[in-house]
Amino acid sequence: MGKPIIQISNLMKTYRLGGETVHALNNVSIEIEKGEFIAIIGPSGSGKSTLMNMIGCLDQPHSGTYLLDGKDIGKLNDNQLATIRNRKIGFIFQNFNLLTKLTALENVELPLLYAGVSAKERRERALEGLNKVGLKERAGHLPTQLSGGQQQRVAIARALAGNPAILLADEPTGALDSKTSKEILLIMKELNELGHTIILITHDLAIAKQANRMVSIQDGQLQENGGELVGNLPIY
Amino acid sequence: MGIFQSIKMALKSIKSNKLRSALTMLGMIIGVSSVIILVSIAQGSAANVTSQINQLGTNLLTINTFGSDLALTEDKIKELSKLNGVKAVSPVVSGRVNVKQGRTSSQVTLTGTNAEYSTVRDTKVSNGRFITDLDLEYRQKIAVIGSDTASTFFGTENPVGQYLQIDGTSFKVVGVLVSKGSSMGQSGDNVVIVPLSTGQRLVKSTTINQVYLQGQSEDQMDFVMNEVEMALASMYPNKSDSYSVTNQQDLMDTMSSVTNTMTMMLGGIASISLLVGGIGIMNIMLVSVSERTKEIGIRKAIGAKRRDVLLQFLIEAVVLSGVGGLIGILTGVGLGKLVSSILSLTVSFTPSVMVLSFLFSLAVGVVFGVFPANKASKLNPIQALRYE
Ligand SMILES: Nc1ncnc2c1ncn2[C@@H]1O[C@H](COP(=O)(O)OP(=O)(O)O)[C@@H](O)[C@H]1O
Ligand SMILES: [Mg+2]
Repeated sequence: MGKPIIQISNLMKTYRLGGETVHALNNVSIEIEKGEFIAIIGPSGSGKSTLMNMIGCLDQPHSGTYLLDGKDIGKLNDNQLATIRNRKIGFIFQNFNLLTKLTALENVELPLLYAGVSAKERRERALEGLNKVGLKERAGHLPTQLSGGQQQRVAIARALAGNPAILLADEPTGALDSKTSKEILLIMKELNELGHTIILITHDLAIAKQANRMVSIQDGQLQENGGELVGNLPIY
Repeated sequence: MGIFQSIKMALKSIKSNKLRSALTMLGMIIGVSSVIILVSIAQGSAANVTSQINQLGTNLLTINTFGSDLALTEDKIKELSKLNGVKAVSPVVSGRVNVKQGRTSSQVTLTGTNAEYSTVRDTKVSNGRFITDLDLEYRQKIAVIGSDTASTFFGTENPVGQYLQIDGTSFKVVGVLVSKGSSMGQSGDNVVIVPLSTGQRLVKSTTINQVYLQGQSEDQMDFVMNEVEMALASMYPNKSDSYSVTNQQDLMDTMSSVTNTMTMMLGGIASISLLVGGIGIMNIMLVSVSERTKEIGIRKAIGAKRRDVLLQFLIEAVVLSGVGGLIGILTGVGLGKLVSSILSLTVSFTPSVMVLSFLFSLAVGVVFGVFPANKASKLNPIQALRYE
């Protein structure tokens, strides 16, 4: 394997709630290779979303370094972060976060719009993306006209639209029933086989086990191989 | 992202929130249309007054006399007519007389004057002829009557050749004037014009009340006025309180400064409603920013820069106020026409006022859109995403 796409070392993020200091991330270090399918598992409030915001360049750490593709994220300004989010990262959220006023196709086109892709190419690529997740016929539908599973698939198509290096999924199946969850996981596995780096965040061990590598997080601290949560269960 | 895309996105967002957009635009529509209505009414009445004054001719001087100690005789008037740059002079005696024809009788304004009056005051006859110098010389008992007087006494009949009793004396009607309409509240059509000599006898006074002097050209009027004033001063030393000389241009300048002030005042009042419309836009944009916090969060997460969000909201505000301004112009012109036909007011629409109020509404959109747009663009994406 080559150079890791993500290199995080000694990352700290604290929140002050009243007089209390919460270490949402406490000295977190992790390296993720290109093409990996990694699951980050932890109970609610353990710092999963905070870590995802860091990796996704939505937030910046209080201390520690984060190198994405060798670039120090801590040194970038708002605009540069926006560009990185646009080009290198595809977000998949628990609650889909589609724009309700836009059709499925327009939602998928949105990252390309901000990337400055021409209207024609945008349309082609968005349709292709919808086709990949099996929703080509639903291109003109509004999110409210789609089921939860379909909405999440649109969200996946949107995350893929800009062909980003990393797919970040924060509890992508959290709002879905088990059958639809399996479908979504299957799509993610396929995407991984196609070479996408996938970071899957979940509190569900069964889902985490679908990944090739698992790390657990608790009280802001990261442990390889699921740590005490999974005991010494072999993953591979 | 290009500006074209931003505009498309803003339009889409406006379309998908029809009620909110309509309410936002309402303020702009009311503002712009009231500016246009009020200014067009003010300008209409200004144009009205100006055209009435213009009708008299801008190369016109008027000598008004007060009291009877001036004794402006025909010789003196002849002297005035010989001054340089004076084209025609028309002395006038006037009074109220009783006019009777059959059973109809009525009080009418009498004007005794000469043949020049027709050119000096631009009064034309629609039927028959005007007074001639011969009529003055022979003290003819003939009359030229206004169109209202004609219809009062003769109805639809042709008055020319018929007779009227003026203060008991019989006068033959030789002509009917073209209707002038009312001027500054006075009907110019309810008049009887007779030869000066006959008129002096009718009003039992030789005092000439007014002398109209027509100059050869407009740009000489200041010079002619000077001349006339000097001539009068030498004819009547120490009697400058008994007469006044007015220049038509002076009157016009005074009137237009009055109407300009009126236009500015009305325009100013209406601009306040434009401003209020702008504050309305800011309010609704601010509400829309918090309503769409989540949307902003999502957009930022997938790569929207501050500039993109700023532009989106700013363009929305500008489009809202611009479209509102356009609808306001149409409404203003429509309502202005309605008002003018219902209240029979003259309105005059000036393109510059429309363009100006439209630009003003755009500017209001920018100014009051910047604050909410800036607020939106500064939202922290994480907090915006958490927002429900
Ligand atoms: N904006 C914030 N302000 C204050 N505390 C926060 C904020 N975001 C997260 N936290 C705290 O940080 C910890 C980790 O939160 P989070 O990463 O959302 O957990 P998870 O996604 O694993 O449920 C929690 O204790 C949470 O209360
Ligand atoms: Mg979370």
